[in-house]
Amino acid sequence: MTATAERPQTTIFRRPSSTTGFWSWITTVDHKKIGIMYGYAAFVFFILGGVEALLLRIQLAQANAEFLTAGAYNALFTMHGTTMIFLFVMPVGAAFMNYLLPLLIGARDVAFPRLNALSWWIFLFGGIFLYSTFIFGTSAPPVGIDGVGGNLPAGGGPGTFNFLADSPNGGWFGYQPNAGPFYSAGTAMDYWALGLQILGLASLISSINFIVTILNMRAKGMRLLRMPVFVWMSTVVAFLLLFSLPIIAVALFMVMFDRQFGSLFFQPVGGGDPVLWQHLFWLFGHPEVYVLILPAMGIVSEVLPVFSRKPLFGYSAIVFAGAAIGFLGFGVWAHHMLASGITPVAQAAFGLATMTIAIPTGIKIFNWIGTMWMGRIQLKTPMLFAIGFIAMFTIGGLSGVIHSIVPSDWQQTDTYFIVAHLHYVLFGGSIFGIFAGMYYWFPKLTGRVMNDKLGKLHFWLMLIGFNLTFAPMHWLGLQGMIRRTWKYAPESGLEPWNVAVTIGAFIIALSIAVFMFNWYNSRRRGEASGLDPWDARTIEWMSPNPTPEYNFAVPPVVIRLDHFWHLKYDQDEDGRAVPKADKDEILAQIEDEQLNPVVPIQLPNPTYFPIVMALGIPIVFYGIIYHTTLWGKALIVIGVIISLAALIGWGMEPLEEPHEESESDAEIATVGGEEAGIAEGAGEDADV
Amino acid sequence: MSDLAHDAAVDLGHPEQESTGVENRKLGMWVFLSSEFLFFGALISTYLLYSNRAGFQGTYPAEVYDIPFTSVSSFVLLMSSLTMVLAHNALSGNDQNGARTWLFATAALGAIFLAGQVFEFTEFIVEAGMTLSSNPAASAFYVLTGFHGAHVAIGVIMLLSLWGMSRRKEGLSERQGMNLELVGLYWHFVDIIWIIIFTVVYLLSIRPA
Ligand code: HEM
Ligand SMILES: [Cu+2]
Repeated sequence: MTATAERPQTTIFRRPSSTTGFWSWITTVDHKKIGIMYGYAAFVFFILGGVEALLLRIQLAQANAEFLTAGAYNALFTMHGTTMIFLFVMPVGAAFMNYLLPLLIGARDVAFPRLNALSWWIFLFGGIFLYSTFIFGTSAPPVGIDGVGGNLPAGGGPGTFNFLADSPNGGWFGYQPNAGPFYSAGTAMDYWALGLQILGLASLISSINFIVTILNMRAKGMRLLRMPVFVWMSTVVAFLLLFSLPIIAVALFMVMFDRQFGSLFFQPVGGGDPVLWQHLFWLFGHPEVYVLILPAMGIVSEVLPVFSRKPLFGYSAIVFAGAAIGFLGFGVWAHHMLASGITPVAQAAFGLATMTIAIPTGIKIFNWIGTMWMGRIQLKTPMLFAIGFIAMFTIGGLSGVIHSIVPSDWQQTDTYFIVAHLHYVLFGGSIFGIFAGMYYWFPKLTGRVMNDKLGKLHFWLMLIGFNLTFAPMHWLGLQGMIRRTWKYAPESGLEPWNVAVTIGAFIIALSIAVFMFNWYNSRRRGEASGLDPWDARTIEWMSPNPTPEYNFAVPPVVIRLDHFWHLKYDQDEDGRAVPKADKDEILAQIEDEQLNPVVPIQLPNPTYFPIVMALGIPIVFYGIIYHTTLWGKALIVIGVIISLAALIGWGMEPLEEPHEESESDAEIATVGGEEAGIAEGAGEDADV
Repeated sequence: MSDLAHDAAVDLGHPEQESTGVENRKLGMWVFLSSEFLFFGALISTYLLYSNRAGFQGTYPAEVYDIPFTSVSSFVLLMSSLTMVLAHNALSGNDQNGARTWLFATAALGAIFLAGQVFEFTEFIVEAGMTLSSNPAASAFYVLTGFHGAHVAIGVIMLLSLWGMSRRKEGLSERQGMNLELVGLYWHFVDIIWIIIFTVVYLLSIRPA
């Protein structure tokens, strides 16, 4: 069996060694455990963000309602948007990448397992830091200069519930100077700015880790153009993050200096330029929307071929279109600023550049449809979500192209039309794709399949609820309902559709409840999946379910795209797939081989240091918010000491404890390669 | 199995890692530094946006620069890149003494540069009265050069810890040899950024009419 269970020596204090139970999760460096933690944490934040959305919808279900105060409404939509983007869709993408990337490329872990743990803990603490604003944050009326304006009416405005009004309220893009020191006095926006800074650090570390993993850790024969599309989309995401996060980091630092230390970057009173914030934010923000959608595109590109019983149509076109989207994504940011007074030439240029993005996106959509075309489609739950993704995302994409027509955008910007668009791409796109992935890869986590009937119920409820919620927002917006309004007049005639929207929102909530029940129930009682529940194509299914700690006892040697499929199927003269006669034996042999390592497999040992190091970071940031007080300064010092101490301990602790028998895995790998009878011509493929 | 191979390749238990042929940590450092370029790129662009905008109150950075002084400290930092190369060279030839000396020299030159920056900031603030809150150009100047200084400081700390390790009787092993290379990459990066800053921020800045 694996060698990880033995108790290792350690440098400073006894090294953790539990492989099950609470401490195993705290100290783990296993990419699968980290992925699972990412997933559950993200889902908790999804529920929080969802509750916030429902509160918003209750307020809007009635004209002139006085359920939430304006202050509470501002805080809730800000926290809702921030949560959904930074605390749900991004980390759930990270969850998929963590769990799947090593499996999809045939590796035993990521390139830097401990850094991986570090980025997860930083993410978790960053999310908690941001949400601690509900307890500690304050949000006062504007101060200084002229004392008017700002985003908070005196007392929060009329309404029954004002309880969350002391939270960040500058919107998810924190426009300046509204979110600056004068118009958003109090600490709430500091929690927002510094919280995002922490979350950005977590994403930066994991993007570096994923890039190195993908470039360096591929199994034998896993050439770049044999990688599954999900791996490719993750690569693009990692590069987008790598180049856009430093920009938002700088912008958020400037906000921090403006708010805390009196600099004037974005403050018009001192000559600062608020539009600079918009440029820096959207230079990050537009690539960010691809960070949110590309993982989902990767997921559906895996799901569609499996349930259409056909190879992905135009693999390389999809890969290159994904890369093209990544490149173009850096050149269109000002389409978010068409009403900010940038020059007409810039408006035209950015409008046109935006339209070009429709080309690679269209290529993908046609390829997905081409994949289903003439396929023997099996409408299982993952497939339903994948098809839902294509349809809903296309609607969102079309309204997106409409925004790129400048005069048209002037009509739409800051209305519910935008809200409709962004939810069609984010919810109809990302979230449908994510659910497709959850149903599809659930067996890898549990060795069981999720209940298909409940899955279908979830899908149809969500599809209906989703469209009831967001489709009417298109015409509400065109009728003039502005975004981020907490009230509308009865005579505006907007009420009936707003009632429909709120009903839709609750149907979505119901569908999520069905999903949660199904997940919970299927973990114990779901049907056993075996090795290959979907008759899949990619090599992650060559590792048993649930995935063993070492992923692959015998790392696969890949000889072509859809390697696993070709182990099971031959082609007849017409190019049709026919199952090999001994398909079942092949599967049984693979499972047996993968379950029984020939020699002990050495894995990275668990460690305390990543979580300790991550813990220091929010402490420093709390200190910065209260740096004018003595205890604020003390917090900074304490946080730095904690992180540095952990860093030193980390540096002295080897990744793996030294081992008695140092069998090299080369033996295992070669043995496996020969056993599978695919050794020839597969060894020399270290290409880039 | 050598130490180096142990840490790098066995990381994950696959012998055929490093599909690119570049060691994981080195590739990671390159990737990280490519991100850092955009970090400084955003800061420098902000400075350029504000540095020659007319009509601000207070002192502009271009009015207070002491070019001869900063030239000297820039030269010091540049020399530290040379000593860094020498340290690396010495270690490749397994000359532990040489590596130790040159590492210390690099850290010392870095520290001198930092001292120069502290002196410069005090001059600007106390003598010339230009603070973070004077105007956006001043804000941009301090935050940009301050972040660069922080990078240098982190580099000095890394160099000193390497130096500390090199004083143990086993000296710098192959494993730390890899670390020396990583710190070297980082250090050269910080130097390159300074050359850009010195050129576009100090030499090419003009006070708007
Ligand atoms: C139950 C499902 C959801 C409902 C009912 C809902 C509803 C809303 C509402 C009412 C607003 C405020 C509009 C305004 O007042 O201007 C909003 C804003 C927003 N939502 Fe959602 N939403 C849902 C899911 C999501 C998801 C899944 C995402 C992202 C993945 C998301 C991202 C956003 C963003 C970015 C904003 C803009 C926030 C801002 O204006 O700063 N929403 N949503
Ligand atoms: Cu955009």
